Amino acid sequence: MKPIDRTEVQNAIDSFAGQDVYLHLETTNGAYATHVDEAFFSAGAYIRNAFIQYEHGKIVGDGPYRVGLKLNIGWVYAEGVNHFEMDEQGRLLLAGLDFSGKLAVSMQLSPTPFE
Amino acid sequence: MEKERHVLVIFPHPDDEAFSVSGTLALHREAGTPVTYLCLTLGEMGRNLGNPPFATRESLPKIRKKELIDAANAIGIQDLRMLGLRDKTIEFEDDEKLTSLFTDAINELNPSLIITFYPGYSVHPDHEATARAVVRAVERMEEKERPKLHCVAFSNNCIDELGQPDIIHDISAVEEKKVAAFTAHRSQTQAMVIDWKEKFENQDADFLDWIRKERLWTYKFQENRQ
Repeated sequence: MKPIDRTEVQNAIDSFAGQDVYLHLETTNGAYATHVDEAFFSAGAYIRNAFIQYEHGKIVGDGPYRVGLKLNIGWVYAEGVNHFEMDEQGRLLLAGLDFSGKLAVSMQLSPTPFE
Repeated sequence: MEKERHVLVIFPHPDDEAFSVSGTLALHREAGTPVTYLCLTLGEMGRNLGNPPFATRESLPKIRKKELIDAANAIGIQDLRMLGLRDKTIEFEDDEKLTSLFTDAINELNPSLIITFYPGYSVHPDHEATARAVVRAVERMEEKERPKLHCVAFSNNCIDELGQPDIIHDISAVEEKKVAAFTAHRSQTQAMVIDWKEKFENQDADFLDWIRKERLWTYKFQENRQ
């Protein structure tokens, strides 16, 4: 993965619009957050291989970025995104890595199911 | 350390074994005892991807699989089994399915010792769910048939509630293997092992105690509890 290139990411988002795609969406602060700091409220969410189709999507912001997808009857969005990769399987991998390199948010789109 | 017939180790994540009992396992292997390690997941949800990143969400499991194999080799584990479950989902699996996975392994291997986490005292939901299922599998056996069950605990309240660990293994004799196992889990431990050489050279007392002494609790089954 490399730092976000907005144009490249926007092109990738556009290329998936209007077709069936599989979505991976995840936010996490790690399973040990409350162990390390008992005052920390640990929360996260995870969805893998949601089967969606979106009308259009956008990457917005000056970095870290926000990415939103408008579905026929709903929305998908992620914030804190700062890295991306178009991998060899034609998947768009977006990630928000914190200052120490730990994943905080992940949003990925693929024409085929994720493993 | 008692000589065992067969040691069965059950943990959910690659690197759980390195942190908790890599020295103990290396000692068992040096004594000629077969060790089977059931590793439930590939740590797919690990957060450390690096900055700049060395991995993606999708490539991390492949990297961690290789690291797990390298660590098992460093310890000398001759039977590593990757069970193909998914990180952070163990507690949502069918409980009976998990229990029978472990019952089957016990029936096949007839271990004299099982090592896993201590339910209630092992912090990560995957650790807890794994430990609960192992306890269920062992609990279903006739009391006299049961292997010993040694558990790893590290929650903030573990000493308060469980008391001091009743098993402390000095693993100094195999500490190089332990360091090699840690180092094998590069994606997880890179930042951690960076100053170990210095700590060994300076004879850092806290560090040496931490790395050389592996602490375990014998599981107290309900009917034996006071």
